[in-house]
Amino acid sequence: MEHSKVTPREAQRRRLPLEKHRIEDWIGRIYTSVCVVFLIATIVSIVYFVTSKGVATFAVNGVGIMDFLFGTRWAPDASPPAFGAMPAIAGSFLVTLLAALIASPLSIAAALFMTEIVPTFGKRILQPAIELLSGIPSVVYGFIGLTLIVPFLRDHVGGQGIGVGAGALVLSIMILPTITSVAADALANLQRGQREASYALGATRWQTIYRVVLPTVLPALLTGIVLGMARAFGEALAVQMVIGNAPFIPTSLLESASTLTSIITLGMGNTAMNSIQNNALWSMALVLMLMTFVFIMIIRLLERRNRI
Amino acid sequence: MVMPMPFSTEDLSIYYGEFQAIKNISMGFPAASVTALIGPSGCGKSTFLRSLNRMNDEIAGSRSTGHIWMDGIDLTASGTDVIKLRQRIGMVWQRPNPFYKSIYENIAFGPRYYGIKNRKQLDEIVETSLRRAALWDEVKDRLKESALALSGGQQQRLCIARALSVNPQILLLDEPASALDPVSTGKIEELITELKKDLRIVIVTHNMQQAARVSDYTAYFYLGTLVEHGETDQIFTNPEKNSTQEYIMGRFG
Repeated sequence: MEHSKVTPREAQRRRLPLEKHRIEDWIGRIYTSVCVVFLIATIVSIVYFVTSKGVATFAVNGVGIMDFLFGTRWAPDASPPAFGAMPAIAGSFLVTLLAALIASPLSIAAALFMTEIVPTFGKRILQPAIELLSGIPSVVYGFIGLTLIVPFLRDHVGGQGIGVGAGALVLSIMILPTITSVAADALANLQRGQREASYALGATRWQTIYRVVLPTVLPALLTGIVLGMARAFGEALAVQMVIGNAPFIPTSLLESASTLTSIITLGMGNTAMNSIQNNALWSMALVLMLMTFVFIMIIRLLERRNRI
Repeated sequence: MVMPMPFSTEDLSIYYGEFQAIKNISMGFPAASVTALIGPSGCGKSTFLRSLNRMNDEIAGSRSTGHIWMDGIDLTASGTDVIKLRQRIGMVWQRPNPFYKSIYENIAFGPRYYGIKNRKQLDEIVETSLRRAALWDEVKDRLKESALALSGGQQQRLCIARALSVNPQILLLDEPASALDPVSTGKIEELITELKKDLRIVIVTHNMQQAARVSDYTAYFYLGTLVEHGETDQIFTNPEKNSTQEYIMGRFG
């Protein structure tokens, strides 16, 4: 009954603290909205910019899309210039696939060791150590590759040392921690009941790993591999330092080659804005970007499958 | 009570590091009967159950002293083939844990380990096991579907069928119905009564009514010791120890 005695003025006063909360609420909402809008605007403009620049090669400069994608001669400064990106595209895919082939079995075995064989030591020491590895800048990996891997290949395998093989090795070391930590997380998150059920049926540890653990976490393992491949595909510096950068499709692992990223980093300083040479580099960037989207889509699909 | 039995423990103790979870327990499990292990949380009954098929081996820092006898063989001996032992002693947990595989593959999983590859033979084992677990009629048309699509109660019966697939002589059940609804619980209890005809069953349960309904013998555990062990009727109507009566009456725990 107190309420009936409250004057409108009194009511106004009593409501004030509430108003303050509402203002805070609004400030928070506006601030976060502005940030999101900024983020979306940035992403959209980057995609738009790369696309418009990348398409200009074909729309403005009249290079054929097929000539670009499947042409095998990259000679932007020759007359007439040739803009076949096939060597770079092939190089990118080649080093990425090779790196994934080298790194995946190693990473998954390492993750198994960490989670199944020495779980306590693995969780406390190995996993943080591996996560540290993934934080090392790529230029350091490239430098190590140039200093250790290239001379080793030159002295013990043959060729000049630089080339596809060296690039794939450096990349595989780079993506080891990525795949290992994703795989280790997935293995550690597997319900204990799955392993127990297998052991209780009389399965050995190896049988349990091979028949229960690995098949169950397979989608997550693939996610880790694709993440690693995305990283390898987009890596520029470390690869460029060891791959040799010859614009040809390599016929051997010891041959010098180039990737989309290495051609872009090498060429971007030497071309004038809006020139056909510059636009061709943007087209390569567009291919890179689209491939990254594909990788991300694959990861999303795998994650959806993983949830079942 | 004290007569030679093919499955029993003798002076069994389990340690987790320095902590002694089970203190010198000697008890037998008669054939074709259900033994219920009851007691407040942390009393060691689950640890005791898991030690019977040496699942405690998988827990870091656990060790045991004493003996577990099965047909005159000491299961705790270091040379025991744990793999073979577990084929003879099946286990089912509180939370249904079917493999992320089809219903068929869940059952065929164990037999495959023991080298059965013949498709017809596997089909037979799958059907027999599912029938014994009273699940066949519900799933016979969807054997290829994921086991995870089943309800909780069905999943638990699938886990029982999976344990039966390798033809064990003993079945260890760790609170098999405590995560299930009353109807599913009823089905599991019926199943236990049916299965005990050719198996001996050891069941851990927090549900006193369940212990009274399904078991022939009851063992009351408290702080790692076996306080009282006897026929279920006697334990529930006329226990020798005061603390047993208090626990059963729900005065603590």
